[in-house]
Amino acid sequence: MRDFFRTYPVEARLSVVLLLMILGLSLGTDTFLTLGNITSLLNNNAVNLIWAVGLLVVLIAGGIDISFAVAASVVQYVAAQVFMGTGGGNWAVGFLVAGLLGIGLGMINALLIHGFRVISIVITIATFNAFFGLLMFFTKGRNIYNLPDWWTDRIFIFERQASDGTWSELNLSVAVMIVCVVATWGLIRLTTLGRQLYAFGDNPEGARRAGVNIWQMQIVAFGWCGMMAGIGGLMQVNIAQEVVPNALYGRELDVLAAVVLGGARLGGGRGTVLGCILGVMFVAITQNGLNLLGISPFAFQMIIGAAILLAISSSNLSFGRLPRGATAVAKVGTT
Amino acid sequence: MKAEPDTAPALRLRNVSKTFGGVKALQSVDFEVRSGEVHCLAGENGCGKSTLIKLVTGVYTADPGAELQLFGQTVDSISPTKARALGIAVIWQDLALFPHMTVAENIAFDEMVGLVPRLTFGHRYKTRVQAVLDRLNVPLNLETRLGDLPIAQRQIVAIARALMGDARLVFMDEPTASLTQSETDSLLAVVRTLSSQGIAVVFVSHRLAEVIDISERVTVLRDGKLVGVYPTEGMTQSRLGELMTGALLENTVSAQDRSKAEPVLETVGLSRHGEFYDVSLTIRRGEVLGLTGLIGAGRTELALALIGMKPPDTGETRLEGASVRFASIRDSIARGVAYVSEDRLSLGLIQPQSIADNTSISVLDRILNGFGLLSPRRQTELVCHWIDELAVKIGQPKDAVSTLSGGNQQRVVLAKWLATEPRLLILDSPTVGVDVGARAGIFRIVRHLAEEGLAILLISDEVTEAMFNADRVLHMADGRIVGEYDPRTTSVPELEARIYA
Amino acid sequence: MSLRDKLNAAFGAETLPLLVFLGLVFLAFSFATPLFLTGANLRSMAFQMPVLGLLTLAMLVPILSGGLNLAIIFQANISGLALAWVLIQFGGAEAGPGAFVLGAALALLAGAASGAVMGVVVAYVGAHPILVSLAMMIFLRGLGEFLTRGGDISGFPEYMNVLGHGSVMGVPVPMIVFLVAALMWHIMLRRSRHGFSVYMIGSNIQASEYSGLHTRRTLVLIYAISGMICAVAGILMAARFNSVRVGHGEALLLVTVLACFLGGIDPFGGFGRVLPVVLALIILQALSSGLNLIGANQHLSTAVWGLFLIGVMALRWVGERWRNKRRRGT
Repeated sequence: MRDFFRTYPVEARLSVVLLLMILGLSLGTDTFLTLGNITSLLNNNAVNLIWAVGLLVVLIAGGIDISFAVAASVVQYVAAQVFMGTGGGNWAVGFLVAGLLGIGLGMINALLIHGFRVISIVITIATFNAFFGLLMFFTKGRNIYNLPDWWTDRIFIFERQASDGTWSELNLSVAVMIVCVVATWGLIRLTTLGRQLYAFGDNPEGARRAGVNIWQMQIVAFGWCGMMAGIGGLMQVNIAQEVVPNALYGRELDVLAAVVLGGARLGGGRGTVLGCILGVMFVAITQNGLNLLGISPFAFQMIIGAAILLAISSSNLSFGRLPRGATAVAKVGTT
Repeated sequence: MKAEPDTAPALRLRNVSKTFGGVKALQSVDFEVRSGEVHCLAGENGCGKSTLIKLVTGVYTADPGAELQLFGQTVDSISPTKARALGIAVIWQDLALFPHMTVAENIAFDEMVGLVPRLTFGHRYKTRVQAVLDRLNVPLNLETRLGDLPIAQRQIVAIARALMGDARLVFMDEPTASLTQSETDSLLAVVRTLSSQGIAVVFVSHRLAEVIDISERVTVLRDGKLVGVYPTEGMTQSRLGELMTGALLENTVSAQDRSKAEPVLETVGLSRHGEFYDVSLTIRRGEVLGLTGLIGAGRTELALALIGMKPPDTGETRLEGASVRFASIRDSIARGVAYVSEDRLSLGLIQPQSIADNTSISVLDRILNGFGLLSPRRQTELVCHWIDELAVKIGQPKDAVSTLSGGNQQRVVLAKWLATEPRLLILDSPTVGVDVGARAGIFRIVRHLAEEGLAILLISDEVTEAMFNADRVLHMADGRIVGEYDPRTTSVPELEARIYA
Repeated sequence: MSLRDKLNAAFGAETLPLLVFLGLVFLAFSFATPLFLTGANLRSMAFQMPVLGLLTLAMLVPILSGGLNLAIIFQANISGLALAWVLIQFGGAEAGPGAFVLGAALALLAGAASGAVMGVVVAYVGAHPILVSLAMMIFLRGLGEFLTRGGDISGFPEYMNVLGHGSVMGVPVPMIVFLVAALMWHIMLRRSRHGFSVYMIGSNIQASEYSGLHTRRTLVLIYAISGMICAVAGILMAARFNSVRVGHGEALLLVTVLACFLGGIDPFGGFGRVLPVVLALIILQALSSGLNLIGANQHLSTAVWGLFLIGVMALRWVGERWRNKRRRGT
């Protein structure tokens, strides 16, 4: 336990805060600790978490991806065209198409970053504009409602009726989220690839000298993030029942805030799947709690923002400091 | 254990040259290292040491005509991966480790590299990591984050990492540059352990004393050419310095009696908890006061307290008779105290920025025009004045400071602080990373400044440096001043014996 | 020193290539449509650019110091709200110039205060500016939505039209505001002690502290000034649209970052100048207006902006390689 606090100070602190919040809400409201509330919390945040673990891999490798949310929109739109063009498709084809499209878009980022030796924030802001502008241009901003049935049908992996007659259920996106989270954990904790990603984010020059293939690292990081973007996009349609080209615009920064809050270091080398979960759940439970406490929905965002600011300021732990010292600057410089 | 002379050498290079765009970095150099030998590679910056290491490890390819033999076998071409497979490991000066990963992950990292992904399954490699650390006889917690370790222990991690790959020939590029004496001593002990296990070590260092101490033979390079290979038995520091620079070095005591001059800085009972206690000292006009001692003695901490970076808990500081209490470094600059940090790369200078900006950074209020804006003309005047004064060799003032050599960078640091017109100059290890030849130049400036009436506190790891350049030498140990020595009546070995006792 | 070296020294090495790009863009659109090189189009460009321009100035200095300010849009919105609130207290459309001055002062205060809070957290807690400004962005967006319930506030006095739509000697007032601000930024960065500190902190904050610079004070000031220029942008937006709504200009957030990078600002901080960024802004505006004239919509220009940045990065990479090769050759 003390090891956990020393090795993962941000995650440890956040889990204490989260536990206190859960405890407070369980005692303060009689609606928080109900099956219905917990399942809806999971349903509502599954997609965010899928994107969060994708972004985590990029952050660990020392990059940042601003473009993944609009990339998910592009995937949704193109996938819809593909399904309609090929006469329907099914979930298997859906995952394949969405995953591959996402990987493809991530690959564009990786290619530009590695090819022109430009840091990821510059390239992904450029591709963010390019993806979004082209998507809006070609769709003329129109929504698609006419989607294959398999895609929009609700699939429940768990359902149960409470004694008062209300249903609680978990939908498919939660199952997909669990798979994505476990897969990402496996990638970064159990494979040599993951170890190299951490090393590359930590000290790119040191990794290069040790023989790590930088090109491969960029492909894996941005490919994984793209794949998660695509899969998240696929599941978001399943929940929203429609494709809206600008629906996901702006989500990238909310997800980024949650992931960084969970201890992923801007600049690379540090970050855990657990932290991702905690970061996303911190935002989700704050919002959920405010809702249950009967606070005006207009005040939610304000309080969440203030809570994050407070969380940062009250800690003397660093959430990834400004580059200090020549080595830090040089290190970031090669990513 | 000395290697048998008749066994095949670990490394034999013949007629190695390397040309970069017309510049000859190495000219037909021969180099040989025996198995189990500690061999020093000595020479000033730019003499071709690093180029030689990079040729052997496959980072560079040598010009045609070179001959390379490793462990008795002739090798035609070499790449970094092949070099590693053949048992060659390099410990770079910057260590190339990963601060956010654990000790075990760092030591075993090279096994994780490869295009084809494999599973790591956490624990199996840890026993082998432990075995390597046991072999080196150093206790380290495998789960500690590397970034939490002091530099000296990171060195050990880097060595262990090399051994993990079954290295038989280890290059160490200035491993002691950022270590203090006692850390160096324990590192040298590890190096001896390596050589006793039959591993050849090539040791690159600026510090002449340890070159002579650790190695059996030394190869000296100058301007890309081989000067010669010498046994270290009977070698002296000054002889080695002459071989490296090709010039005679002056190593004489320059101390004078300054006790009549009025005091510039006096401290009485200065303490800061956990760092230093009850420090009382006096520095007079025109005096160079040496301060030396082991790691953790509190020398740098004392300096930081004197400049207001980390104010002392108790005690009094008097500057030219007036009691002062600095809340920040800005206060101390305003009162004429300047501090040359030991860490020139990350604290002393802003490496990517220009020479001009680095020189004027601490005296912005002196280069303002009538509107309170920075005047480029005044800045140029100021910069040119100090560049001339200290004879800094530069291209243009707008060039980045990082383009200069260590010695010239240190002159820029001095220029920056002299521009503040200080009364007291604190020099914290001013010759770290400065060539032997350039050191003399730095100290000539220091002596000259003292002659002009500046009071100077010279902090140094190297006893010789303090003894030859200071008027008095204080010995600090465990945060306290434990002795004062007059270089005219004390010998270097005498003081060394006290410090390392 | 050749003329080119002198120009580079005076205006930054990015200026010349960007001028060439600007010329090419103008040339291409002049051929594509006769409407491009007309007074009406140039005037409309000059009315549209300043809001993005001011917000880019707000982004510029934090990036130079090695950070980022992602809260700029909502700082502008909140400042606009402060102005609107004062005006409404004094009778909305009937509010006198005194009320406007008071409102503008309050707006500037709101911008500066929100910026200073970020600066304090960045400087004294040492948290990463991206995280701090993201949190501030979420907070201000929420605050704005809370105060306005997601609606518009409109009905401002007539005279505010002059600020949003007026001209002085043919030059649009918003453009004058922007040019004055850009000139002030140029002087601040090149000639003031604060600007000097910004560059040094951007390269190495610890060494700056050891050199006696007020690093923390500088950081607080950087974000406070950034917030203040956001407030100016917010006031201008209120005057141009005759309304204030939280989320107005949201799409400009990442465009300001794009403009900075296009203008050659080093993403790691420490290097970059105002003039190339102004040129980059004019290029972006010309691309957008030109595409609009030949019948494309705003979204296509968003895409072209992104592609243009990629293209410029690619050309810089080619140029770098070419220079290195030539240097090695000699």
